[in-house]
Amino acid sequence: MREINVSDITQTVADLFLQANYVIGEDVMDALQSAANQEPSPLGKHVLEQLMENNRAGADESLCVCQDTGLSVLFLTIGQEVHLTGGSLEDAVNAGVRKAYTEGYLRKSVVIDPLFHRKNTGDNTPCVQHVRIVPGDKVHILAIAKGFGSENMSRLTMLVPAAGVEGVTDFIVETVRLSGPNACPPLVVGVGLGGSFELAALMAKRATSLPLTRKHKDPRYAALEDELLKRINALGIGPAGYGGATTALKVHIITAPTHIAGLPVAVNICCHVARHAEATL
Amino acid sequence: MEKHIQLPLTEETVRDLQAGDRVLLTGSVITGRDAAHKRLIALLEEGKPLPVNLLGETIYYVGPAPARPGQAVGPAGPTSSYRMDAYTPRLLALGLKGMIGKGERGAEVIEAMKEYGAVYFGAVGGSAVLISRSIETSEVLAYPDLGPEAIHRFTIKDFPAVVVIDSQGNDLYQQGPQLYRKTDL
Repeated sequence: MREINVSDITQTVADLFLQANYVIGEDVMDALQSAANQEPSPLGKHVLEQLMENNRAGADESLCVCQDTGLSVLFLTIGQEVHLTGGSLEDAVNAGVRKAYTEGYLRKSVVIDPLFHRKNTGDNTPCVQHVRIVPGDKVHILAIAKGFGSENMSRLTMLVPAAGVEGVTDFIVETVRLSGPNACPPLVVGVGLGGSFELAALMAKRATSLPLTRKHKDPRYAALEDELLKRINALGIGPAGYGGATTALKVHIITAPTHIAGLPVAVNICCHVARHAEATL
Repeated sequence: MEKHIQLPLTEETVRDLQAGDRVLLTGSVITGRDAAHKRLIALLEEGKPLPVNLLGETIYYVGPAPARPGQAVGPAGPTSSYRMDAYTPRLLALGLKGMIGKGERGAEVIEAMKEYGAVYFGAVGGSAVLISRSIETSEVLAYPDLGPEAIHRFTIKDFPAVVVIDSQGNDLYQQGPQLYRKTDL
């Protein structure tokens, strides 16, 4: 049994949300540069260059790269040999979010009630938390700062198995087409295939945080990811929606076994920054 | 390259701007998002005066991040404009001339822009730090309880934007993608 004090979790969560908001991953910067080199639209190329300059400035000056510093989403993977001490895990996570957003000059974007009382909570809590217990004595924390310009463009559908590859492809491409300029293209498209209604959505969210250099291990899905990216970029939406060949940087698919009667498809749209950071305690 | 545009917009400037033009805006804008729009429309429905005169104004749809010491504002990129669509035609009727945001506008907004003569500028979502460098001062005009969603007045210098929808109703979000769409897949 390994003991970890939840105050360590608080500090790690705070650090991760600051990092996610200030520093954009090298994989994203490389993908933007390579897209800029190939973008045929002059305005599209200009937009891509602006995004890179903006991200460099954010990292250099410890400024959030986007004013929508997101709803805080956390994936906690906890080894079953770990004993968490010193208080409530959920409270400790929220304390970390509070610390990052109040001390780090990040915008507070959470309202306490979705419908009747949309009052800002003032510290970006509560954080959406997903906990999984696994063998081992480590705690892995993945922090995602999810902006809602792109979150609002996400969709989920329950297809019939007969819809097959074509049905899945059409739904994903149509989701991006409908998002048009609203989700701040170029996008990172996270897809959850299979599982249940809610698992599909969770997989799609997680897929948005995979490195852009990652290829699916199953060559059939790797090929589908490439085909989807080609179809999406053929839409012509382009950087900022002004027209161009770069509508998405990557499509990531995560799959799970599903019911004999179902083919759930969730598409979580993420803008190019795909802000996330992770750490293992 | 870019056209230098002085705010407030004149009717002549509004007429001259074409979808696809890159511009640098200098002058002053007001800010507002969903919550502020909702309050403005509620006042109009009660027949009460607005806290800001919209005649000739340009509004920026933005909720900035907090400013660090010495900054006028924190990072301040555009929010999605379609959320304001339900309110916008009434504000255009009151003389609003310019809007800055990102993403599509509904048909009713575009019709009202043509009718009253207004222009919709796109700022690049994801360039919040660069944009904030063009914002020189910020003061709260109304609804301080809304925090970053309060109505502010910004003075801006060389604010980078693109004309997305012009006063004739030409829409870069339609025209741009048409040029690059591939239909042979």
